Amino acid sequence: MNSEKNEREPLFSFKNRKLLLNPLNKDNPITIQVLGICSALAVTAKLEPAFVMALSVIVVLTISNVIISLLRNGIPPRIRIIVQLVVIASLVILVDQFLKAFVFDISKQLSVFVGLIITNCIIMGRLEAFAMGNKPWPAFLDGMGNAIGYGWILIVVAFFRELLGSGTIWGYPVLDKLGLYDLGYKNNGFMILPPMALIIVGIIIWIQRARNKDLIEEK
Amino acid sequence: MQEIVNIFVKSIFIDNMVFAYFLGMCSYLAVSKTVKTSVGLGIAVIFVLGITVPVNYLINDYLLSAGALSWLGDGFDEVNLSFLSYIMFIAVIASMVQLVEMVVEKFTPALYFSLGIFLPLIAVNCAILGGSLFMQEREYLSIWQATSFGLGSGVGWLLAIVGIAAIREKIRYSNVPAPLRGLGITFIITGLMGIAFMSFLGIKL
Repeated sequence: MNSEKNEREPLFSFKNRKLLLNPLNKDNPITIQVLGICSALAVTAKLEPAFVMALSVIVVLTISNVIISLLRNGIPPRIRIIVQLVVIASLVILVDQFLKAFVFDISKQLSVFVGLIITNCIIMGRLEAFAMGNKPWPAFLDGMGNAIGYGWILIVVAFFRELLGSGTIWGYPVLDKLGLYDLGYKNNGFMILPPMALIIVGIIIWIQRARNKDLIEEK
Repeated sequence: MQEIVNIFVKSIFIDNMVFAYFLGMCSYLAVSKTVKTSVGLGIAVIFVLGITVPVNYLINDYLLSAGALSWLGDGFDEVNLSFLSYIMFIAVIASMVQLVEMVVEKFTPALYFSLGIFLPLIAVNCAILGGSLFMQEREYLSIWQATSFGLGSGVGWLLAIVGIAAIREKIRYSNVPAPLRGLGITFIITGLMGIAFMSFLGIKL
């Protein structure tokens, strides 16, 4: 039987490690799979909300991947979208309440975007593409890996937008302390606008594909 | 009547879902390889938005918002169920998308296969839930205004995806740096289109 074969397989076999590590680079949800772009643009004007957003997505994606993977044999294919959305929406409400209870300030900053996790296609995409056909443990690793792959792009984009747009890192006025303003440096207000997030993601894709030649798309 | 036309034009150009709010980007980027599939997906989005926004308008007006349940009797004047709006909206959207998926699979199998995973993903296309949430936030006065807003947003989204698909079809003949080919250049073009569309922001209707 399949389950017996799986028990003999070590917890972090080569295949499972790949599930966790591939999404960080070669199979990144944002730059390769093109999932979860909307929130990547919306929350990356500052580092702090981007970090909280990344954490929330890690929690929601990992847990919902496991839940759907446990339920996968009981879900009739015709209504699977509704089942998946109910699971995601309940988890998002939990995360939302948790943020409101413990980090109220950030939750107020994020309010709309936490709701947007429901419509973050990265979660639905992984449920549909992976959790519906795999066992809970690989689904857990896949969810974790994809959410972290999503998170690091978010944090890189937010880092550059905050540094160049408002001259701060995590709210700390770096450029001011370095004395760049006295030399006549001005913040680039353009970086705060959403179109610049797209262009920064474009540049990340450029660098990533220049380093991994096999990711380059054919003409 | 004039107000309805205004809302329609405004939601296409000034409040464009893609360029002003960056909603619905995932399917926008992934399905815009050819004009033909992007027209198909755009029409599906118009259809889903045109139905879910008015339906959610009715749900919001008669069930969820503060005092909406007063038609049940005096005791219900104070009831405010608006915290349920996310779940109600997403349930309506998900059932609509499932319906569209079945119809597309039955009547145009070719389109069904070329859309692939992005058809069920309409359910989590932020533009759809965003449409319902904007409708709730802007407090449209009648169901006709809500419908015209839903259809207008859909048309705006179609316009955006057909525009980028047409550019991508042409850019295939240009000499784009190899690592930027495909997705990378699409991101950058969308950014530039977004900057261009920001010029509509000043117009008041």
